[in-house]
Amino acid sequence: MNNLLTMLSPSALHIAKRDDIVWWKAWIIRIVSVVFALIVCGVITIALTKLNPVKMYMTMIEGAVGTPRLVWNLLQNTAILLCISLAVTPAFKMRFWNIGAEGQVLVGGLATATCMIFLGESLPTPLLILVMAITSIAAGALWGLVPAYFKTRFNSNETLFTLMMNYIAIQIVAYFTLEWSVHKGSGTPRTLEFGQLPMLFGQKYLINILIVIVLTVIMYIYLKYSKQGYEISVVGESENTAKYIGINVKKVVLRTMAISGAICGIAGFLLVAGTDHSLKSETAGGRGFTAIMVSWLAKFNPVFMIVTSLLIVFLEKGASKISEVYRLNPSFSDIITGIIIFFIIGSEFFINYTVKINKTSKEGSK
Amino acid sequence: MEQKIALELKNITKSFGSVVANKNVSLQVRKGEILSILGENGSGKTTLMNMVSGIYYPDSGQMFIDGQEVEIASPKDAFNYKIGMIHQHFKLVDVFSAAENIVLGLEDEKGFDLPAYVEKIKEITEQYGFELDPYKKIYEMSVSEKQTVEIIKVLFRGADILILDEPTAVLTPQETLKLFAVLRNMRESGKAIIIITHKLHEVLSLSDSVAVLRKGEYIGTVKTAETNESQLTEMMVGKKISLNIERSEPVNCSDRIVVDKISCVNREGIKVLDDVSFTARSGEILGIAGIAGSGQRELLESIAGLQHLTSGEVLYHDPKTGKEERLRDKTPLEIRQMGVRLAFVPEDRLGMGLVGNMDIVDNMMLRSYKKGKSVFLQRKAPKSLADEIIDRLEVVTPSANTPVRRLSGGNVQKILVGREIASSPTVLMAAYPVRGLDINSSYTIYNLLNEQKQKGVAVIFVGEDLDVLLELCDRILVIGGGKIAGTVDGRTATKEEIGLLMTKTGHGDISDERGVNTNE
Repeated sequence: MNNLLTMLSPSALHIAKRDDIVWWKAWIIRIVSVVFALIVCGVITIALTKLNPVKMYMTMIEGAVGTPRLVWNLLQNTAILLCISLAVTPAFKMRFWNIGAEGQVLVGGLATATCMIFLGESLPTPLLILVMAITSIAAGALWGLVPAYFKTRFNSNETLFTLMMNYIAIQIVAYFTLEWSVHKGSGTPRTLEFGQLPMLFGQKYLINILIVIVLTVIMYIYLKYSKQGYEISVVGESENTAKYIGINVKKVVLRTMAISGAICGIAGFLLVAGTDHSLKSETAGGRGFTAIMVSWLAKFNPVFMIVTSLLIVFLEKGASKISEVYRLNPSFSDIITGIIIFFIIGSEFFINYTVKINKTSKEGSK
Repeated sequence: MEQKIALELKNITKSFGSVVANKNVSLQVRKGEILSILGENGSGKTTLMNMVSGIYYPDSGQMFIDGQEVEIASPKDAFNYKIGMIHQHFKLVDVFSAAENIVLGLEDEKGFDLPAYVEKIKEITEQYGFELDPYKKIYEMSVSEKQTVEIIKVLFRGADILILDEPTAVLTPQETLKLFAVLRNMRESGKAIIIITHKLHEVLSLSDSVAVLRKGEYIGTVKTAETNESQLTEMMVGKKISLNIERSEPVNCSDRIVVDKISCVNREGIKVLDDVSFTARSGEILGIAGIAGSGQRELLESIAGLQHLTSGEVLYHDPKTGKEERLRDKTPLEIRQMGVRLAFVPEDRLGMGLVGNMDIVDNMMLRSYKKGKSVFLQRKAPKSLADEIIDRLEVVTPSANTPVRRLSGGNVQKILVGREIASSPTVLMAAYPVRGLDINSSYTIYNLLNEQKQKGVAVIFVGEDLDVLLELCDRILVIGGGKIAGTVDGRTATKEEIGLLMTKTGHGDISDERGVNTNE
């Protein structure tokens, strides 16, 4: 048979599943995929905008970390995204598709704002902050418990349920935003003066960042070393196994969703009291959904989530800077981020599988 | 008379990751010959045939058809070379008739002419002696009829080389005989037939020659007429083994589990257990025989606290206190907290007994993780238990931190059984514990069950192989359609006696599970 023909035939390449790959090889694959992504983005940039891609990337980096203020901004945004990612992780690990982080964050923020407005003048600041934290945790947990309750009681679909709970939360917050706006009904949100989180070492966002770092460590230990974390894994892997060894599945689902919602509540609290000092229906800003990607990309490992959330926030900030500086349509920055994330997710394929070039049958027979 | 070689494989090698599924396999099949490919589970039989039918592509090696070297890269290529494979799991459209399924996907320039196709189908059925109504819908068919459709589908496309993957696994003994008659007719008309199997008696009664695979390696081909069961076993397993189970006399028997008139219904509201009563005694192995799906699973789950009973009682006699405990309506956790040491090896190993994605250590913890007041897990004791089981039961694994799904079936089962007996149980229930295991692993499991019996444990063993049940068990309970059909003595009963009891109450669900493997 013609050698060339065999090479060109569809069977010249085939895909085979890899065994476990050494961790550093996996990281080389990931890094190479990012390099490829940058090259592809560069080609597309030239084709669409005739800009110099190297310059564009420089602008991007500048937009993300160009000044100390930007760096703090980046870290603060990463912290919030990471916090929400930590929140959805136990639920996803349990195979409970919590798409409702957005709403859970918002009700947490709403609870915080309510305390700031109505208790602000009567309570001393430390006590006020404590009350704010507790109410926001409770509000988030409650918002998470509702779909969990219906799931365990009536086996309702949690994906749809949590998703719809988002809209309820958004509308409630939108209502109060109008109600509490500077001129009632104008929609300009009021700045909430009482109960703002304190600055540490003169940095406004440092306290947010520190709280999230502590949460990350706690979540890592909780999932890996606690009995409850073990129960979450078992329920997620196989409900039958959980029943077989006598785990109360309903209890685990309710408890885990309460935890998931509670941490979202904390994120809402940090956003309102620590970052924005105001409440809008855009306060969560889609991070409840982005967090799902962060969590999956990190394979539910809280420590890896630091990297994935940082990456995503970096891309967002950098890309929006490009549109701003070169006066491009904002869709262009979305294209760039999209391509980079596509390559990163795509690299997982090459980590799990290997592409082999077939030896031609002539070689096999010598 | 020397027939022409229809298909020849030379030095075929295929690996998945680091697992070598086939290593330098060479074999040939002639026209008008039935070749059996014999090997234990996991020896690479199906992988090899999947390469011939274009589903997998070999890493290296050559294939020849009618003496010509060919490359088979897709099922379509295989079809062009007139190779047809009948898989273990059928691929048919339920709402279509037999004829529609047979012609499905055919590219015919003349247009779709069903009556003409039906004529051709009828010719095929008559030629080889099939029984089939071309207009019958698939969902109305029994498993054996569906298989017939699959075979005709391949013949309709003009296949000259037929490959059948474990064709008798789903058939009753009578249906098997019919299939064999048809296959012999095909041989007479010059087709080359390959059947994949691990059943020795089928090999001996049907095929002309046997190719044996062991752990992916080709061991050799022998003429059926010149071989016997023990030689084939030796080729398959690699060493001489005596297929005997030592059965000791039960001593100090006392009632341990008393099941009193229990009934339960499944999700569709159908009664799966109907007024079942029996007693399991300590120091004895109680076998449960029956057509698959007759209520065996529900029976064990009722005792383990996983089924909701509509009526009846499950009682446990505590050997220490002599008290009688009621187990009905208790959860598995409550049962354990009552001090009832119940071990249960469920049928679904990775979906129930173990968690596939967790490592061996974490799987050891499943039963015991709650122990102690700490909120954190203690991995020390499970780790040493894991090491002990790996060592004592000769589990083949890279380490105790390997996810169990990576292990082979036999090793997975050793882990599960090992964990269950580590809790020094007073009752041990095992459902189909040797399904899919190779001969050596099977005997390890039988020995473990026997060991437990000698320690005074009440062992309940659900099995499908009647020969094994008769060799291993002291008493055998026969179940049919959720009812107890009878109890026989394991030492004196015969296979025929049990077979008769199994079908007495009729309607076991055999439509989608394997049927009675009385001769396995």
